[in-house]
Amino acid sequence: MATDTESAAPGAGTNFGVPNEKMGMWAFLGSECLFFGAFISVYVLYLGGTGDGPGPAIFDIPFTSVSTFVLLMSSLAMVMALAAIQDGDMRRFRTWTLGTALMGLTFLSGQVYEYTVFVEEGMGLTTSAFSTAFFVLTSFHGVHVSIGVLMLGALWFMSFTGRIDTSQRSQTAVENIGLYWHFVDIIWILIFTVVYLIPVDLLT
Amino acid sequence: MTAVADTPSKGLLSRPGASSGWTSWLTTVDHKKIGIMYFAAALIFFLVGGLEALLMRAQLSTANASVLSADAYNQLFTMHGLTMIFFAIMPMSAAFFNYLLPLMIGARDVAFPRLNALSLWVFIAAGIFLYSSWLFGGAPDTTWVNYAPVQEVGPDPAGLTLGGDHDQRMLFYSLGLQIAGIASLASAINLIVTVLNMRAPGLTFMRMPVFVWMSLVVQFLILFAMPVIGVALWQLMFDVGFDGNFFRVDAGGQPILWQHLFWLFGHPEVYILILPAFGIVSEILPTFARKPLFGYAAIVFSGIAIGFMGWGVWAHHMFTSGLGPVANAAFGLSTMFIAVPTGIKIFNWVGTMWGGRMRFSPPMLFAIGLVAMFTIGGLSGVTHAVVPSDAQQHDTYYVVAHFHYVLFGGAIFGLFAGVYYWFPKAFGKFLNDRLGKTHFWLQLIGFNLAFGPQHVLGLNGMPRRYYTYPSGMGWDMWNMVSTIGAFIIALSVLIFVVNLVKSVRSGEQADADPWDARTIEWLSASPPPPHNYDEVPVVTSRDEAWHRKYAGGGGEVPRPVPAGASADHAEHGEEHHGEHIHMPDPSYWPLILAAGLPLAAWGVVTGLWALSGIGLGIVLLSAFGWAMEPESEPEPHAESEHA
Repeated sequence: MATDTESAAPGAGTNFGVPNEKMGMWAFLGSECLFFGAFISVYVLYLGGTGDGPGPAIFDIPFTSVSTFVLLMSSLAMVMALAAIQDGDMRRFRTWTLGTALMGLTFLSGQVYEYTVFVEEGMGLTTSAFSTAFFVLTSFHGVHVSIGVLMLGALWFMSFTGRIDTSQRSQTAVENIGLYWHFVDIIWILIFTVVYLIPVDLLT
Repeated sequence: MTAVADTPSKGLLSRPGASSGWTSWLTTVDHKKIGIMYFAAALIFFLVGGLEALLMRAQLSTANASVLSADAYNQLFTMHGLTMIFFAIMPMSAAFFNYLLPLMIGARDVAFPRLNALSLWVFIAAGIFLYSSWLFGGAPDTTWVNYAPVQEVGPDPAGLTLGGDHDQRMLFYSLGLQIAGIASLASAINLIVTVLNMRAPGLTFMRMPVFVWMSLVVQFLILFAMPVIGVALWQLMFDVGFDGNFFRVDAGGQPILWQHLFWLFGHPEVYILILPAFGIVSEILPTFARKPLFGYAAIVFSGIAIGFMGWGVWAHHMFTSGLGPVANAAFGLSTMFIAVPTGIKIFNWVGTMWGGRMRFSPPMLFAIGLVAMFTIGGLSGVTHAVVPSDAQQHDTYYVVAHFHYVLFGGAIFGLFAGVYYWFPKAFGKFLNDRLGKTHFWLQLIGFNLAFGPQHVLGLNGMPRRYYTYPSGMGWDMWNMVSTIGAFIIALSVLIFVVNLVKSVRSGEQADADPWDARTIEWLSASPPPPHNYDEVPVVTSRDEAWHRKYAGGGGEVPRPVPAGASADHAEHGEEHHGEHIHMPDPSYWPLILAAGLPLAAWGVVTGLWALSGIGLGIVLLSAFGWAMEPESEPEPHAESEHA
């Protein structure tokens, strides 16, 4: 399969020398910037809208720092996975891909745990405008991480069926999913900074 | 397609093989078939939206009429707006993007053919979902702009006259538009990559046809505007479906947030609707005036300028919401300023026609109709930029008159011009000339009778969105005139549909280049073969087809370019002939994936979470099936995981 593309340079024959899939991914990520930008702006706008419910003081910075660190490290694992498939080492590729997905899952379980703690402490989705903005922003990020985990799982699975091999096209696919993964990671860095780290009085 | 047999199938479903018959249309990834289906579906929605308008005009023809109840009127004008904007004009523009962009840039297809099919089916699924609201007790009824807090309490908070579950109507609004947005977004990504990356040899940016330029600007506007309305729609869903507090004052929310998000999307949307028509007209005027386009660079750069400035004028929709004098002044100025690039275009079109040898065929008539009617709408738009004046016009029929002059007089006239112009290319037959001219004159007269008087009505204080009005306000005569105009428009559109059906069956035969046109799509046969060009043309001039016909150009050695995305075949020096060009194979997955989305949305509306689960399951499964799909020849596939 696809033997005649393996020797061609990625993006050969296109006007910009960038593979179409990669350019499409960049365009998609550009669109995502406005998606998260709008949600983050709304969160900042509603920092004061806590009603009778708890405010930003409820956040547990040390706990979330740990899960943030795990997500950051998953980006490193993603880089290793891409390097592995570019070296043609499928065994190493599978290990790092699985590792990336597992770190993503760890982050997600941290988010679920955090949510249950908040609900127990009296802050649910419907408590106040602030709580709605917080839960919707962070859970949409969680949905993005979940989709990333599913794509990584699919990559891992398809590396056994031969659909993902060392061909140029497979490498581009892995690189694209890597771009997505890094983007979701960067968005979390933004959310973590704005939501958890910066003191509220600096933002209002 | 023959190569499928050589490759052992590893996917969940094998690739469909039919290349004719109705199943071939359901599974096709050919941009031309997809473009025709976009047009057919958009035309049906246009007729339905027009029917809704006729019912409203019947109700408003006389004072205190009782054709419609207040509730029915609310639903009809909301659905009329949603239908015309999201399900008629946008997809009809998409029909032109799909059909023409690959042909105009000398590509074999779009960058991601299956994603293209997905956009079509998701758009149709969104339309079916939104219209199914009438089976569930009522359509959205709080205007297409759907301001908070009326979106949460409904038009009748005390429950005196209206029945029905208002939250459910809002879920149809939120999820219906959300699904339609997915279609637009996927299409925008696809077409951006297509235009940037797949142009024929020699087709530099400043040689691209203006239609390609305007389409590219529109795709970027869609790319950045859709996520903003997406966020607002999710917020609406959380508020009405899950007791969220985004727009609830008592829980700390701010209703004005909706207006900002909506118009931050909504004003770029205005240019998403009009720029394709501007592009179409810029192709037609030079062809029928027998002159190159006057001020090509000025038209291109003013289009780009509109794309940027369109993001800085949204609050002119909100002058009466109490933004304060500084914001009002700033947005008033930016609104006046954005009239400049549009004016540049108008002057250049007039300059193109000046001194030309004009042929008044139907495409030219509609194109001139756009230039004239849009100018009227643009000028009444400038009156909105004057804040004190706008405060008087706000929510009156003057605004209705204004935006129908730009959207009907602009976008719809332009799109009809495009239909008459490119119909011979798509079907190898002309649309009937006499019926076309009748269509134009009736539509022009009906349009001005319907919407001209609404300026007067608005300035005399008639508010929009009211289902009836008392007599003795001085509104009776102009309302009757407006209704008569609306029915004349309906007659003209009926003539168009008859013309369409007649001409598809037995229209006059057209050759490859029936208008003696300038751009390269006319170098291919009419209708073009599935692979568009046997040999991809090398472009050396802005008006390449004219250059070849009249300046003796075109001796350059053509370079073979394979199907879909890349030139990797060419890189290997393979010979390509018409019968050996591999085109992307059809696929079931776009259709199946699109079917999952409304199922998931119906689950949310009805509270049947199992149904939502099934819908999302179908989406995930088909995304996986898509990624695993066997191919008979190399083609891009990585987009599947993110689509």
